[in-house]
Amino acid sequence: MINNLNILLPEIFLSLSTFAILMLGVFIKKSFNIIFNLTSLILILTIAIILNNPNHEEKIFLDSFIRDAFSNYFKILILISSLFVLNSSKNFIIENTLDKFEYPIIILLSILGMFFMVSANDLILFYLGLELQSLSLYILASIDRDNLRSSEAGIKYFVLSALSSGLLLYGCSLLYGFTGSTNFDLIANQLNKENVGAVFAMVFILVGLAFKISAVPFHMWTPDVYEGAPTSITNYFAVVPKVAGLALLIKFMLIPFSNILLEWQTIIIFISIASMILGAVAAIVQKNIKRLLAYSSIGHIGYALAGVATGAISGYESAIIYISIYVIMNIGAFSCLYLLKKDGQYKEDISDLSGISKKHPLLAISFLIILFSLAGVPPLGGFFAKFYVFTSVLEQKMYALAIIGLLTTVISAFYYLKIIKTIYFDDSVITFESVKNKTAQVSIFLSCSILLTFFLYPSILNNLVNSLFVS
Amino acid sequence: MNFPILSTLIFLPLLSSLFIFLSKDKKNNFSSIYISLFSSIATFLLSLFLWYSLDVNTADFQFVEEKSWINNFIKFKLGVDGISILFIVLTTFITPICIISCINSVKERVKEFLIAILVLETFMIGVFCSLDLVIFYLFFEGGLIPMFLIIGVWGGSRRVYSAFKFFLFTLLGSVLMLVAIIVIYWLTGTTDIIQIYEIKIPKEYQNLLWLAFLSSFAVKMPMWPVHTWLPDAHVEAPTAGSVILAAILLKMAGYGFLRFSIPMFPLASEFFTPLIYSLSIIAIIYTSLVALMQDDMKKLIAYSSVAHMGYVTLGIFTLTKQGIEGSIFQMISHGLISAALFLCVGVVYDRLHSRLISTYGGLVNYLPKYSFLFLVFALAALGLPGTTGFLGEFLILTGTFQKSYLVAMLATLGVVLGATYMLWLTKRVIFGVTKNSEIETLSDVNKSEIIMLATLAFFVIFFGFYPAPLMETFSVSVNSLIDNYQLALNTR
Repeated sequence: MINNLNILLPEIFLSLSTFAILMLGVFIKKSFNIIFNLTSLILILTIAIILNNPNHEEKIFLDSFIRDAFSNYFKILILISSLFVLNSSKNFIIENTLDKFEYPIIILLSILGMFFMVSANDLILFYLGLELQSLSLYILASIDRDNLRSSEAGIKYFVLSALSSGLLLYGCSLLYGFTGSTNFDLIANQLNKENVGAVFAMVFILVGLAFKISAVPFHMWTPDVYEGAPTSITNYFAVVPKVAGLALLIKFMLIPFSNILLEWQTIIIFISIASMILGAVAAIVQKNIKRLLAYSSIGHIGYALAGVATGAISGYESAIIYISIYVIMNIGAFSCLYLLKKDGQYKEDISDLSGISKKHPLLAISFLIILFSLAGVPPLGGFFAKFYVFTSVLEQKMYALAIIGLLTTVISAFYYLKIIKTIYFDDSVITFESVKNKTAQVSIFLSCSILLTFFLYPSILNNLVNSLFVS
Repeated sequence: MNFPILSTLIFLPLLSSLFIFLSKDKKNNFSSIYISLFSSIATFLLSLFLWYSLDVNTADFQFVEEKSWINNFIKFKLGVDGISILFIVLTTFITPICIISCINSVKERVKEFLIAILVLETFMIGVFCSLDLVIFYLFFEGGLIPMFLIIGVWGGSRRVYSAFKFFLFTLLGSVLMLVAIIVIYWLTGTTDIIQIYEIKIPKEYQNLLWLAFLSSFAVKMPMWPVHTWLPDAHVEAPTAGSVILAAILLKMAGYGFLRFSIPMFPLASEFFTPLIYSLSIIAIIYTSLVALMQDDMKKLIAYSSVAHMGYVTLGIFTLTKQGIEGSIFQMISHGLISAALFLCVGVVYDRLHSRLISTYGGLVNYLPKYSFLFLVFALAALGLPGTTGFLGEFLILTGTFQKSYLVAMLATLGVVLGATYMLWLTKRVIFGVTKNSEIETLSDVNKSEIIMLATLAFFVIFFGFYPAPLMETFSVSVNSLIDNYQLALNTR
């Protein structure tokens, strides 16, 4: 038993060090800076630990916890994206007096929750991880507690998310009732099409998961929470929980529900199409960038789900590639927002961007690259994400899904172009201060250079993701 | 051939645009202009060398480069044959002219403009070189980004509308082509064009795939009824943008028909020939009539482009040697002539800031050199014997007469209409009475404008009298294209 504990080493390290810095925060005054830097250190060390951990599949605790290449990939993706999100938003956090020492600690706790989500092989462990993550996210959404909009976002998110967690739990209990087990492998053996109750349970579980990744028709909270929460939190919301949620969804399709894939597929196809269409259409009229990015993230989840909807390994791979590139693009896009400051206020309206191409040409061209990539125009990285997804969709001969998906990319191109139009074609209204935020600039630079040079060696990511499913 | 000459050709402009991007040049933009001019002329010379060393006696692809790109899936494959080399040379020839033209016409953000032009050149050369469907799509679509910016940032008053229309129309057409490309991959297991030529695509798929490709090419060509973005884009784009749009971007679709639609889907190509005939005839006659009624010079030339492209599609789908050769020739000739006409409009626009025909009149009294050059290009555009415009239309009509008298008669009607609007334009702009007193103060063409226009005029007349260098280049490739097409029809 003790010999096996090294499988759990990243989680153990993460939780122990989180509690250690929590103590540090309690006993040292004005400790935000120290805690923040320690958090970054912890994230980097956890990445190192995971990289040192072997990749072959191992299960412990009565097969309820699994460590394999799949979960390790997602853990590293979560850690790296959190690292970038946190560091590029540091100036923003301090300037908006969000610099409470709990901030990074709660983020660490939510990451711990996600670790258990992606590693779970059991309904109970999966639910615990999900709740740990959700509870942390509720607090984060309302972390600017004196701000009405932030508190509103937190409460709204809490009420709706609690409801969805309830549905999810109900689904889990039904599943346990009909299959007699909480273990994913055992559930998979028990399930078949004749088991109507289990199909019922699956629908409940899917509703809960769709809520967490804000897929239509369970997306209602997304725009309000994205707009209300402070930008640094929105950034985190838009990137990290989506990765974990998608991983969980793929995991459910891979193991417990692999025998009732057809029933599960129909629902995912619907959710995917609805998300793509709503994400594209509703974003057109938005005036606030964060709200627009909320709808765009709904649309992007739709594309990733199109990959999942194929129900084939190649489809899951394409969805994982999609979400990875999505993370890169969104980190870049949000980092740009950290550089738009005027009189100490960070601007969020699209019209404020007008004419930044003349005053801040580098920022403008980075934004341009990221936006064209989000729109999926070749030869940028975003195109490859969509290309892989639709390749795998067409492999399964799901022509309607592919054609609808690609048509919505044209609609969504319209609103990305609208931002580009504001940046490049309009005359400037306000002049932004030249903000010195090295980490955000580094994030933007990295994000842009990855997106720009992705076409040179597209197979790096491809090979990496392929290797997740080899065993 | 170990030296990757095609990759060099493609990435040389991109590299120099990076160089310009990094260069600091605050006061005037001389260094950026010189860098871009130098690099684009170097690209042109390289492409001439390529043309010179190309073996025109074989229809095989030459200078083929192959690199694994996405594992087990797509190869980065380039190569040229007798058809594509001419388009590459046209691209590299037009680009330096555009750069020279922007010395006079682009006043602000010159550096960015040059970067956009050079990046666009990379994409355009890539389109004509690629031997893989996905690579082709990448270059084909990638060109949208710089062109969108060229229209939107440096364009006229309605530039936003035109840029959006251009981008969304083209993107909408192309996504169906992307679906078709992926479907072809799953049908044949490859996206390598040479392999797909050999693997016959099943008959039941051909029609739908052909239509998917058409949706993209029809928009790009542009064919009636999806041509409406072109007049808007042309009118609002800056001169250099219009030139590139007319001279090269429109040719991508014609090239696409020759490279993809006909060889990959011969049965569908035969099946849809009547459709293409009708659309082409409508384009020729209808847009010629529309062109007659324009009061904006750029719009008139834009509509005439649609009509000329109608001849091209007509010629390609006659699938006769004369028809296809005429189409390729017409594309090259239109590339030179329409570029020149847009430059001519640009010359007077830079001086008077008006594109309206009614602003001008009697230019011949004050701008004799300009009027002479304008007349040469107007006559070439209406197809006067001795210019390239005549040969292209003549060959296309010869090809069409072999297939259908009715279609050929209707197409010939377009020649008459073409002469009407072109001569009327010339009459109103160059000759007639000088109503506008500002014209008297105008200066004649300056040195850089003379260089651009005279070079174009030289080639228009030279190839009009001596088309052999062009014809010999693509003749063998066209023959093999038709042979393979007939073979596919006979063995169905």
